[in-house]
Amino acid sequence: MPNEVVIKVENLGKSYLIGHEMGNGRRQESFREVVGRHALSFARAALDMSRGRQIIQGNKIEEFWALSDVSFEVTRGEALGIIGRNGAGKSTLLKILSRITEPTRGRATIKGRVASLLEVGTGFHQDLTGRENIYLNGAILGMSRAEIKSKFDEIVDFAEIEKFLDTPVKRYSSGMYVRLAFAVAAHLEPEILIIDEVLAVGDVVFQRKCLGKLKNVAQHGRTVIFVSHNLPAIIGLTSRTILIDKGRLIAGGTSSEVVSRFLQSTQNEIEASGDLSAFRRDYRSEGYADIRTIKVCGNDPGIARIGFRENVFLEIGLQALRSLEHPIIVINVLSEQLEVLTSITSIDSDFGVSLDPGFHTIRCEIGALPLMPGYYRLSVGISQSYGALAWDVLEPIPGFRIEPQESPTWLQSGERPGVVLLDSCKWMLQG
Amino acid sequence: MSAIEIIIEPGRAEKNYWRDLWRYRELFQVLAWRDCAVRYKQTVLGVAWAVIRPVLAMLIFTVIFGRIAKLPSGGVPYALMVFAGMLPWTFFATGLSDASNSLITNTGLVSKVYFPRMIMPTATITAAFIDFFIGLFILATMMAWYHVLPSWRIVLLPIFVLLAFLAALGPSLWVTAVNVKYRDFRYVIPFLVQFGLYVSPVGFSSSVVPQKWRLLYSLNPLVGIIDSFRWCVLRSSIYWPGVGISVAVVVLLLWLGVRKFRKMERTFADLI
Repeated sequence: MPNEVVIKVENLGKSYLIGHEMGNGRRQESFREVVGRHALSFARAALDMSRGRQIIQGNKIEEFWALSDVSFEVTRGEALGIIGRNGAGKSTLLKILSRITEPTRGRATIKGRVASLLEVGTGFHQDLTGRENIYLNGAILGMSRAEIKSKFDEIVDFAEIEKFLDTPVKRYSSGMYVRLAFAVAAHLEPEILIIDEVLAVGDVVFQRKCLGKLKNVAQHGRTVIFVSHNLPAIIGLTSRTILIDKGRLIAGGTSSEVVSRFLQSTQNEIEASGDLSAFRRDYRSEGYADIRTIKVCGNDPGIARIGFRENVFLEIGLQALRSLEHPIIVINVLSEQLEVLTSITSIDSDFGVSLDPGFHTIRCEIGALPLMPGYYRLSVGISQSYGALAWDVLEPIPGFRIEPQESPTWLQSGERPGVVLLDSCKWMLQG
Repeated sequence: MSAIEIIIEPGRAEKNYWRDLWRYRELFQVLAWRDCAVRYKQTVLGVAWAVIRPVLAMLIFTVIFGRIAKLPSGGVPYALMVFAGMLPWTFFATGLSDASNSLITNTGLVSKVYFPRMIMPTATITAAFIDFFIGLFILATMMAWYHVLPSWRIVLLPIFVLLAFLAALGPSLWVTAVNVKYRDFRYVIPFLVQFGLYVSPVGFSSSVVPQKWRLLYSLNPLVGIIDSFRWCVLRSSIYWPGVGISVAVVVLLLWLGVRKFRKMERTFADLI
């Protein structure tokens, strides 16, 4: 049955109790008050324990619905994307579907063997060798020993770690570690695969390889639920996507529709607040540099309106958290459909500076962009070297609009296809 | 086409829990193997620790209880008697303390992967078998040294090993479950284990306990287990009613442990 519903989610909800410390401000407390407060909280914890209740820190307790009233269906062989901002409830949903945690309300029915991949390298043991960890991790993800054995060479090959197979993984570089972890996961063959933001690992080349592998999985009739912040990957891998915000399902439809709706809503928010952090890539090498602000031609991203053939420049506000030697900055210009149109790097221009800890503004003059009037997005990243794990990436942030007003009238009609505009070609009649 | 259908609902008791447990046996094996494999990683003495610790403890007990206090040993060399008691005790104590922390030390697994959680403490206790078998080997060496031959009863030893395993499993399940919610138990267990060493007849024979108290004394399940170990290996005398009580207590604790664990299991990922 090709259109058989294999996952059916009905009014699923999950609430947590969270505590707040409602302090009495910064007022100095006397020793007696501190002792009294602790005695009180001890008494309350003891009471909670005697009633078998959870101990919650803080003196004000609130019920928080991480997920409420979510319903959807997935048919056999379908790939469903789930998007939403950090903390929207996507991971909670996946945890419920993976049976890790229980819903508070509602019900989900799943037909088939499920494997969920909520993190790469779950259960890897630092002291065990790569070989041993393949078996360990494989078993944890639900593969049988025979299954792992038959795929062992393939996994090692995919991870490119033949030489280090018998080295404890704690001696691995972070890249090798992640490659091995993903390689095991990529060879899972369940009927239903649930994946949470695991593609954003490793270097660029490996990421591409992983995406290819996943695409393969999705095309082989397996049912896939895929959560990611990588919106192009969502569009590329899934046919249908649901959007979750503040625990509620607010949109569902074809992936490109839902993604553009999501981008539209985040864009409106950025215009209102100027806060870019919602676009920060989760998987990064933290503690080196944070991108704080981006200005396009002096304007906030999303607002910048650029005249036709006008010179474009970007100002990137960077907080260096330690001394950085010759960092590389990459600016990608994306179409509305999130295809990368061009990738601008600081290496091309031999821009090599050393940054002391502190705030710096780096300006990049791009020049006139040979682009048709329309809306464009940006990704901006900083790393130590090309292809290395990035220090910080904001993607895909709203970029700028190239205004049609000043362009020739035949560009304004909207009938001309394409994105790149090459309008200084030389034409001549030969012969 | 697969016949598996999973229904996820609040408060739904897994109907197929025990079948699921069986389906995940390979994971159980792998986790037990992992705990064994990493047990003595990055230590200089390695497995030698499994020899040094019980042997030193045996020496101390032999000197204090055998030489200084001059307690009776029922006709067998005192050191041998102590070691035969030390064996199930150490197994129980390591099993219990390792298992109690098993879910907390594996937080990553619990919050990212589904499996019947009971696998975790059980696999951890299983890993304590390494030390046990090494101890068994030491015991055999000591018996050869003292020219003590085991009787036919030795074939019953596996039964009592299983009993020791279950004795560790029951309380472990209970403590593991509660430990997830209230970390206080992390501090309670080491204390209990230390205390239990002196309450249980490890350094002395349970025959020193006055006859009228023996039934009561056997409420400590370790009494029956240690006695039966000595009976198996060293032909010591045994007080069967006491063993019966110990077995009953083991079963009761196991039932309580499983019940508590099953009840709390569903909330582990939220609380850990």
